[in-house]
Amino acid sequence: MSHSTDVTPGHAPTARGYITGFVLALVLTLIPFGFVAFGSLSQGATLIVIAVTAVLQLGVHLRWFLHLDMSTEQRWNTISILFSLLIMVVMVGGTMWLFYSLYVRHMMVGH
Amino acid sequence: MSSNAHDLNSIRAAARADTEVNFGFWIYLMSDVIIFSMLFLVYVDLSQRYAGGPTAADVFELRGVFLETMALLLSSLTFGMAMVNLHQGQKERVVIWLGVTFVLGAFFLGHELSEFAHLIHEGASFTRSGFLSAFFGLVGTHGAHVFFGLVWIVVMVVQIKLRGLTPPVASRLARLSLFWHFLDLVWICVFSTVYLPGVLQGVAA
Repeated sequence: MSHSTDVTPGHAPTARGYITGFVLALVLTLIPFGFVAFGSLSQGATLIVIAVTAVLQLGVHLRWFLHLDMSTEQRWNTISILFSLLIMVVMVGGTMWLFYSLYVRHMMVGH
Repeated sequence: MSSNAHDLNSIRAAARADTEVNFGFWIYLMSDVIIFSMLFLVYVDLSQRYAGGPTAADVFELRGVFLETMALLLSSLTFGMAMVNLHQGQKERVVIWLGVTFVLGAFFLGHELSEFAHLIHEGASFTRSGFLSAFFGLVGTHGAHVFFGLVWIVVMVVQIKLRGLTPPVASRLARLSLFWHFLDLVWICVFSTVYLPGVLQGVAA
């Protein structure tokens, strides 16, 4: 390692940061579970609440638990997760497109 | 005291995210992201294929999933506390927080395994339908990761006990931290894609 002699301490995580992340994540967990348990919204609206709180909570975990940002220490982790996201969109989107096309063709042949 | 400060600096340097080994481990986690995204895709595609067997609403139990979710979320916080104490060089506290994290992870896994055993006992095994194959495949893969996370925690506690908070130990703890938080991240997707929509179907029916 090139850094073996030049000892640069990393950014030290704080208890305050983890507690902030935990409280936000807790709220974003209680909201969807609450709506599913008490069924106060329509099914479609509840699914939207689940999706939105899930995406927000992923952001909370990435920011406060995995410490992702554009600082020198974290930059390449952040870039590589964005790249993975791109690969994911291609693979998941492409497969769904393929399945859907297959499904439509099946229906046309079968009926 | 100056040697202590130097030790602390070398511990913090080893735990950096941009060391070669820690970035390499992050790349492994990114490959895991792709694996899980494909397992989620398979689950979504097969989630209505019951083959006359039990439906998602029949087999999912909201209370148990909520307890599992709370245990895993709390374990993310306790692992965070272990990392905070690592950066302060507080060896005994690191061990205590790792212990608490292990107990929460073991509770999660134990609860999941008893759910699996119950389903298989009821005839809702992974061979019953496409839905159940995809369910066991996805949730089981996550559970397997948690299992290896628990093994890793035990190994790290033993290493801390034997060698203390050395830079190599700190470097490994930084990777275990990424792994553990990553598992909680995947679990958010699991309860949002599998359990909550599944239970919701039963509420609407």
